[in-house]
Amino acid sequence: MSEFSTYISRLGRRGIDLYVDGFRSMTIGKSLWLIIIIKLIVIFFVLKLFFFPDLLQRDYDNDEDRANAVRARLIENSTSSNINQNQ
Amino acid sequence: MNDLMSVVDWSRAQFALTAMVHWLFVPLTIGLSLIVAVMETLWYRTHNEKWLRITKLWMKMFGINFACGVATGIILEFEFGTNWSNYSWFVGDIFGAPLAIEGIFAFFLESTFIAVMFFGWNKVSRGFHLASSWLTAIGVVLSALWILVANAWMQYPAGMKFDPAQMRNVMDSFSEVALSPVAINKFFHTVLSGWVLAAVFVIGVSCYLLLKKRNKEVAVSSIKIAGWIGTLGILLTMWTGDGSAVEVSRVQPMKLAAMEGLYRGQCGQGLVGIGFINPDKEIGDNNDPIVYGFEIPKGLSILAKHDANAFVPGIEDLIDGIELTANGDTIHTVSYAERIEAGRRAQSALADYEKARVAGDDLAMDLAAKRLQADYQYFGYGYLDSPQEAVPPVALTFYAFRVMVMAGGYLLLFMLAALFMAYRKQSLLSNKLVQLGGLATIAIVWICSEAGWIVAEVGRQPWVIQDLMPSRTAISSIESSSVQLTFWVFVAVFTLLMAAEIGIMVSQIKKESKRDILADK
Repeated sequence: MSEFSTYISRLGRRGIDLYVDGFRSMTIGKSLWLIIIIKLIVIFFVLKLFFFPDLLQRDYDNDEDRANAVRARLIENSTSSNINQNQ
Repeated sequence: MNDLMSVVDWSRAQFALTAMVHWLFVPLTIGLSLIVAVMETLWYRTHNEKWLRITKLWMKMFGINFACGVATGIILEFEFGTNWSNYSWFVGDIFGAPLAIEGIFAFFLESTFIAVMFFGWNKVSRGFHLASSWLTAIGVVLSALWILVANAWMQYPAGMKFDPAQMRNVMDSFSEVALSPVAINKFFHTVLSGWVLAAVFVIGVSCYLLLKKRNKEVAVSSIKIAGWIGTLGILLTMWTGDGSAVEVSRVQPMKLAAMEGLYRGQCGQGLVGIGFINPDKEIGDNNDPIVYGFEIPKGLSILAKHDANAFVPGIEDLIDGIELTANGDTIHTVSYAERIEAGRRAQSALADYEKARVAGDDLAMDLAAKRLQADYQYFGYGYLDSPQEAVPPVALTFYAFRVMVMAGGYLLLFMLAALFMAYRKQSLLSNKLVQLGGLATIAIVWICSEAGWIVAEVGRQPWVIQDLMPSRTAISSIESSSVQLTFWVFVAVFTLLMAAEIGIMVSQIKKESKRDILADK
């Protein structure tokens, strides 16, 4: 058991080293990583937080309420379509 | 109503912008991962240092493109939740499974094996490294598979049952969703087109290396590999494109009619070779839909039905619910007016279901659910004010289809020419016009690829889910001004990021062109 855990820990260490050494020795990647970090910040901390909430998750507590809300909207839309047709 | 249309239009514009930016990166990732894996396999088998250097060159390009494309797709999912919440709930379960699988593949396969590809050169064995490159290529394709399965379901909803209690389409057959003929065709057509795009990219950049009069061996060797992959890719793309046309004629005949600007079809229908849409043409009038064009006799019947004498319905035939047999006899199918009536019956049943639910009347709920199920296949038509609303934008679909097909034909010639020059007439590769032509084709292949998606997505309007949900019903209750704001934020952000990302790619290519790739340390 201890041999197995040593093996796993060595494997994990090698995996971490792979990433750490790889990032350290990157030559063309610095400006690329800067762009990726800026992009991820813009996407997750600006767009997602301030502009793109998941409306059904935000406005309703559970799936039943969400289903009821969507049902009500689809029925309301069908009613307005029919009103347009009759006008 | 005006505000509603404005929200729909702005949301569609925003989704189109995001998807098209996302699609700039995806096909190159798909194709370049394969090309890199093939090149590395040559190094593995021959032990020739040249192939190692060439592999590393294109792996750099792959890395830049992959890094630039990271997370552009996730924005589409944000838009589902904010702009298209009715839709995202309505499809929830169907999309949930493929997208969850895609997430697992994307995260575990790609992030693990891409790291080995880039960081593992001196840390793992040659065989393990090669396996990682192939697993990355396979992982990229498997990720694409599940996204395309989800997209195909929107074009051809199959393998599900609508549950009015959950207000969702619930998957009842995973295999019908994942293995629908539309999904399979779409998957192969899209992935293979990615091979072509990446092959053109490799040939185009190689032409730039030749233009700079250095690294001829790298360029010619790269053109040979890309030429074979590109030729195989374009031939198979054309073959799967033919399969797609057959599927479209079967499950989305209105899209096919729009692709051809066809208003009244006939047996042995011709295919418009080149032509212009008549802007004055209206449904029901006697104007010719195509002006200044020529037709390939029986071409559309062969393309869509694989039968030179088959009837292909036009827009007006579909609206009227008319088909012809080979003998010229008329068959009545379901007209769009009848579909609208059926859709309204389904919606009325849904309204009755809601009333019964509020009243707690289980029996009435069951009865309403059965009525809803009976007409559910036409549910979305109930939202249309007239049959004409079911017609997609004809001109855009028509021209995008022609751009895709003509560019595809050119790309086949381009690939054959590239192979011919690389193997038989290398002196031609020193010609500046040839080199510039190779570079310019990079733009053409991307236009071709984006045009294909325009055909697929504009051609299926007004549906966000074919026959079940029109775009305007899929939209959330949000203000048009907030979508406009985020649209312009996207334009600004994407423009800046694209400028920076293209700048990095171009500067790296220039850097490579100034050094001796085979000799430099």
